[in-house]
Amino acid sequence: MEAERKVYLDYTAAAPLLPEVVDAMLPYLREIYGNPQSIHAWGDQTREAIEGAREQVANLIGGSPDEIIFTSSGSESNNLALKGLAQAQSSKGKHIIVSAIEHFSVLNTARTLEKAGFELTLLPVDNYGLVDPVEVARQIRKDTILVSVMHTNGEVGTIQPLAEIAKKVKEAGIVFHTDAVASAGHVPIDVKGLGVDALSLAGNQFYGPTGSGALWIRTGLRLIPLMDGGIQEGGRRPGTEDVPAIVGIGKAAELAKRDMDSRSQKLSRIRDRLVNGVLTNIDHATLTGHPTKRLPHHASFCIEFIEGEAMLMLLNSQGIAVSSGSACTSRALKASHVLIAMGISHEIAQGSLLFGLGLDTSEDDINYVLEKLPHIVDRLRQMSPLYAKFMKQRGG
Amino acid sequence: MPIYSEKVMDHFMKPRNVGEIKDADGIGEVGNPVCGDMMTFYIKVKDNHLEDVKYQTFGCGAAIAVSSMVSEMAKGKTLEEALTITPASVATELEGLPKQKFHCSNLGAQALHKAIRDYATKKGIKIQGLEEKGEEDEGKEENVC
Repeated sequence: MEAERKVYLDYTAAAPLLPEVVDAMLPYLREIYGNPQSIHAWGDQTREAIEGAREQVANLIGGSPDEIIFTSSGSESNNLALKGLAQAQSSKGKHIIVSAIEHFSVLNTARTLEKAGFELTLLPVDNYGLVDPVEVARQIRKDTILVSVMHTNGEVGTIQPLAEIAKKVKEAGIVFHTDAVASAGHVPIDVKGLGVDALSLAGNQFYGPTGSGALWIRTGLRLIPLMDGGIQEGGRRPGTEDVPAIVGIGKAAELAKRDMDSRSQKLSRIRDRLVNGVLTNIDHATLTGHPTKRLPHHASFCIEFIEGEAMLMLLNSQGIAVSSGSACTSRALKASHVLIAMGISHEIAQGSLLFGLGLDTSEDDINYVLEKLPHIVDRLRQMSPLYAKFMKQRGG
Repeated sequence: MPIYSEKVMDHFMKPRNVGEIKDADGIGEVGNPVCGDMMTFYIKVKDNHLEDVKYQTFGCGAAIAVSSMVSEMAKGKTLEEALTITPASVATELEGLPKQKFHCSNLGAQALHKAIRDYATKKGIKIQGLEEKGEEDEGKEENVC
C-alpha cells in the first residue's frame, strides 16, 4: 500500500549523514589510507585528519583536544567512562550513583559493576524526569567514588539541571560523568561551565556516522581502558583508529556548533506545532518529559487506552516513521524504565510515542501527522477494552 | 524484512468481528497492562454453537491480529470444537508469529475459552474439553508476559 507521503520522524534512532560529512569522509575511504601510527607521509596524512577531528569535537563541548578519546559509539563511551573510572578509583571506595532513567549503556554497566562488587544507588526522578540536586547530595556517602547523571534523556527529552548536580558532586570531591549522547550537537554544552569530569557523546546523534563516538575526560583523571592493546588514543582506547568515522564525527561536530542556533530555532518551532497539535486534537494525550527544559527536536507523548506498537504500525501504513517505549516494541517486552521511573503507570506507558525531528522535517510533514494521527488513535480506541470501560464509567 | 507475516498484517489492518456483544452469553477477559496486552472476548451461543464471537483488544499488532483470527476460527463452531483452538493453531493460521510475541500476545484462545467457561458456569453445564483447559486458563494471567 502506497502512502500519500513519506514522513520520517525517527531521527534519534538513525539519521542521514549530512552531505558535507560524507564529502569529508570519502577521501579517507578511498585514496587516504595510511595508519595514523605510521612514521611516513601516509601516516602523517591520517594523523593530521584525526587531530583535526579531535579539535572539532573538543570545540563542540568546550574541552581541549587532548581530552578527547574517540570510541565506536555512545555506548562504548559510557562503558569506558563508568568501568574505567570506577576501576581506577576502586581503592578509595565502592559506591556508585546513577540516575534511574539512564540509557541502558549506563544502567546496565552500573549493574555489571554491582555484580563485580561495587554498590549501586539509583537516583529517583520527578514526574518530568528531573533529578533533584539535593537528592544527589543526600545519596553521597564516604565511599562514593563515581556519580553519573545523564545530561538529557533521549526518550522524554528532559534536560537535567546538570551544573547544579555537578556542584553537589564536586563539593564532595567525587568524580562526575555525564551521558550527553542525546543532547551533544543539539544544545550548547560547555564542560567547564557544567563542571563535569567526563562526558560521552556520539556522532550519529548529530548527522555524523553511526559507529563514531567520543569520551571527553578531564586532564589528569585516571581511566582504566576496556581493552588491552596498543598506544592509540593515549593507550586508553587501543585498536587502529577508524579514520573515516573520526573524520565524520569531527565534521559533524563542526557543523553542529556552527548551525546550532538556526537548527534549534527551526526545529523547536515545528516541534511546538506538533506538541500543540497533538494535545489539542487528541483527548487523554500527555506530553512526557519537561514542557520547556527539553531537546529542541524532540516530542514524546503517552496516548491513553491504546498501545504504542499498534500506533506505530498504523502510522507506518500512512508512511510515517516514529518510535515508542511500549513493552511490545521492546525486545525485552518491558515498558520503558524511564516512563516507569517518572511515575507513569504501566497502562499509560504502553501508549508511548516518540517523535525525533530532523533537518529535513517540514511544517507540511507535521501537518500530515496531525491529520492522520487522530484517526489512528480513534480507530485503536474503538477496539480497546480499556477505552470501553472508561467511556462506560464516564457515561454511568 | 517486515516482522509480521502478510496474514498478520491483513488481520491487523482489517480486524474481523471487532466489538462488544451487549447481551453476551459468556465473557472472557485475559491479560494485564504490565505485559501490554489485554483481550475481552464475548460469545453468543445457540444450539451449542458459537453463533457470534466479538472482542475488544488493547495491545500490539500481534495481539489485534490474534484476536481477529481467533474470532474467525471460532465463529460457527460447536463449543467443544472451539475448545480445541490453541495458541499454536492460531499462530499457524496466521502464518507464524515472531518468537517474542508468541507468549505475550497470543492470548486469544485463552480469552475465548474463558468466555466459554463463563457461559458453562452461568448455565450450570459441563462441556467436554473444558475441564482440561482449567490449568491452561487459570493463574497464568498475573505477571506472566
